[in-house]
Parts: sequence; C-alpha cells; structure tokens
Amino acid sequence: MPRPLDPVSQGTRVVLGISFFVIFFAAWAVATLGGFVSRTFLADPITMLQEGWLLLTRFGFLNDIGVTIWRVVGGFILAALIAVPLGILMGAYKSCEAFLEPFVSFARYLPASAFVPLLILWAGIGEMQKLLVIFIGSVFQIILMVAVAVGNTRRDLVEAAYTLGSSDRSVVRRVLIPANAPDIAEILRLVLGWAWTYVIVAELIGSSSGIGHMIIDSQALLATGQMIFGILIIGIIGLISDFLFKALNRSLFPWRLA
Amino acid sequence: MSKTILEIDNVSRVFPGVRGGAPVQALEPTNLQVAENDFITILGPSGCGKSTLLRIVAGLDRPSGGRVMLNGREIKGPGADRGMVFQSYTLFPWLTIAENIAYGLREKGIPQAQRDEIVASYTDKVGLRGFENHYPKQLSGGMQQRTAIARALANDPAILLLDEPFGALDNQTRGLMQELLLGIWERERKTVLFVTHDIEEAIFLASRVVVMSARPGRIKADISVDLPHPRHYTMKTTPEFSSLKAQLTEEIRHEALQADAAH
Repeated sequence: MPRPLDPVSQGTRVVLGISFFVIFFAAWAVATLGGFVSRTFLADPITMLQEGWLLLTRFGFLNDIGVTIWRVVGGFILAALIAVPLGILMGAYKSCEAFLEPFVSFARYLPASAFVPLLILWAGIGEMQKLLVIFIGSVFQIILMVAVAVGNTRRDLVEAAYTLGSSDRSVVRRVLIPANAPDIAEILRLVLGWAWTYVIVAELIGSSSGIGHMIIDSQALLATGQMIFGILIIGIIGLISDFLFKALNRSLFPWRLA
Repeated sequence: MSKTILEIDNVSRVFPGVRGGAPVQALEPTNLQVAENDFITILGPSGCGKSTLLRIVAGLDRPSGGRVMLNGREIKGPGADRGMVFQSYTLFPWLTIAENIAYGLREKGIPQAQRDEIVASYTDKVGLRGFENHYPKQLSGGMQQRTAIARALANDPAILLLDEPFGALDNQTRGLMQELLLGIWERERKTVLFVTHDIEEAIFLASRVVVMSARPGRIKADISVDLPHPRHYTMKTTPEFSSLKAQLTEEIRHEALQADAAH
C-alpha cells in the first residue's frame, strides 16, 4: 500500500496517467459496441474517429479549429493586457484596491454566457462579439487574482528594497512585478482554461464557424460522433496549450525551480 | 572621541492596542549617540524593543515621539544611506547573487562597468566567489546572509544596521559569520548598529554594548568593550571576556526574569 504523501517515480506516473485514458475509452467502447447504450444517443469510439476524420478531410473542420483558437487567444490576450496592469496597480496601491475591488468582485460573478444575447445586440454576431464574451469572462478573474498575488508580496523583500535606496515606483517595477511574475503566469494559464468554456458558449449561439458551431450543427443531424469528436478536440488543444504554458513558465522563471 | 554620526533623540514608540486592548509602550523615550566607525551591539531579551529601535533608525517604522538624526539630518523614511541586514533571508529570489549585490548600485544609476567592479570586490570580501550566478535558493542560510551583508555594504551606506542577522543560523556558522563581519569591520571601520539577544555575540563584535530592558523597552546599561583588535575567536575564552559575559548575563537575566513575570 502507498503511504500518504509518498512520492511516485516518473515512470509510474506516466503509466498511471495513461492507463486511466485507456480505461475510460475501454469503458466507452464496451458500453457502445456491446449494445448497452443506444447509438442514437452515444456513438462508439470507432464511429467517432471515422466521423472526425471525415470532418477534418471533407468538411474543413481544421478551419473551424483555427477560428476557435484565434477567438480564445484574441479575447484572452485582450483581457490579459488590461487585467494584468490593473491587478498589479490594485495589489500595490491599497487606495486603488479599495476603489476597484468591490466592483470587480461583483463583476466576477456576472456569468459571461449570460452576456451572449446582450453582446449580440451590441456587437452583432461577428468576431467582436465572440472576443467580448471571452474578454468579459476572463478580465475580472485575472484582475482579482493578480491583485491578491501582488498584495501578498513578502513585506521583508519590499523593506529590503527600500533600505537599498528604491523609490516607490522602483519597488513596484523591481520587486512587486518580478516577485509575482511566475504567479501571474500561472494565473493566466488557469484563466486560459476557463476561456475555452466561454468560447464554445459564444459559438453555440449565432455563429457560422468554430468548434462550437460544428457541435450545434451536428446536433441537428444527431451525429453524436462528430459532437464528441469536437469536444475531444477542445480537450486535446487545452492539454497542449497547458503544456506549452508550463514549459514557457519554466524557461522564463528558472529561479523558481533553482 | 570621533564625531557623532547618529543621534537617537528621545525616540519612543507606542503600538496601538489590538482589538480594543490597551496601547503597548514598546519603547520608552530613548537616547543614544553613535560615534563614527563605532561598532555598537544592542543586547536585550525578546520584546525589549531593540528591533523596533533599529527599524526606526532604518526608517521602516515611525517613532511615536522624538527623532533620529543621521549626519545632522532628520530621518523621515528608509534610504540608501542606512544599509540593513534582516534576520529573515531577504535576498531577491529572482536575482542571482551578483545581481542581488548590485541591486542598490543599479538603483543609484552607477554604470555597468563600475558596478561589476564593486560587486566583484564584495563577492570576494564575503567569500562567495564562484557563486555569482547562483540563485539564493541554491545557497545555504549562512551564504545567503553573507550575500545580504555584501548587498548592504556595496551600497556604501553611512551606517550598517543588522537585526539579529545570524539568529537563524546554527552555532558553528554563526561563529564564522561573526568573524567574517568583524574582519570586514576591522578593515573598513564602517559604523555598525547590531541587534542581538546573544550575549557572547554582543561582546565579541562590539566596541560598545547597549543593554536594553523589556516592557517598556529602554536602555538599561551602556558598557564599552575594550578588548583589543583584531579579535580572534579564541578571545571568547579569555578571563576579560568571561568577566564581561558574567556582568552582562546578570543584567540580562534580571531583565528576562522581569519580562517573564510580566506575562
């Protein structure tokens, strides 16, 4: 029996991680191919892969994937560009925090998906509307989390900087920002994951392209294989982007691991 | 007697009461003159306000009354003219050892070439050559505190403030660090204010030991240490050292007992 908090070797970790995927797909295959679940409601894995292949080769699904990635990344970058500086400002200056924190905390609970109908009225059904859904979904979360991280900077580091001759501005620039850069990168990685949820919601309504649009189209055709394929693609892209983000963080902040 | 560089003039500190409690007088009005090139240790039991006093000199805390003058100018806040070494490890973890030492020099806008020269000289002085490109996390506690001393000294402050800098180190390392710091002081005669609760450390390093008492914190005794320089660690076993230690132990013990009874 493993003991609590006992570390596990890298090899075992990989094997265990992969084996759950295997079990998951095996259970799915047994349920569908074994006839336990109606084909109308759930396609089997093989049909799913065949339909997915058709989507990619015949129906230009790659284009949809590209459009969706563009929307997520676009809306997310827009949100990060505004939220990160604001969060740093709020974390560093308590008056800023007192001014903005109550509103941001409130706005954070406004569901981005509920804005979709309103945003269609405001921005039409073009790209701007999709970007705005992701923007609204991400921006307040990033602001708050960055503000908390910066606000929790070790006081003794700030004091040390002052005794070394730092001005207020240079404490922000040379202590608060570099001290929290890894945490901010980690926050962005987390929120990027959430942004993927918002983009699909945005694409389910009033859209003519994207993974979400494909899923809605497939529903009309009862093509559960295609729908599942679309969902899986999102998962895979998420996994890849997460991996890239982690690798980037590791190379940007070697001192964290040193 | 050389000229007074730091003058603590009737400085007191009252902390407001926590959750409706009575305010706490951490420091009674205190006077202390520090002469240039002096090495003063402030000795006292925990809670005697010695760290509060040092933080006020550093400008990190404001006195409730009185003022601190450095070279005739009143201290209003922290500044590069007072270098500080903390008990906690306060190296910037995202900077290498060399970059940490250069931090204050960059703040002053000193050009790169000159910066490198100063950093190299202080890396040598604290015996960290070969570790310039390490991150703080990769160094032991003693090495981190040596870097912190180098970082403070590289800035060429008028006075060096140390707040129990070796308090978290093991006994052997602490002894070595005392010798290192004393060696630097014997060569450069930088004015030093050093807070500690370790009697032996206070005597070994100082030319003057200021003993503080607890609750409320105030200066109780001011004893000059006339042991010759350069001092070697073997000095700690000489009769002169032992008699000073006995004297200070009595002072502190009395204080510690009182502080304990007050709880």
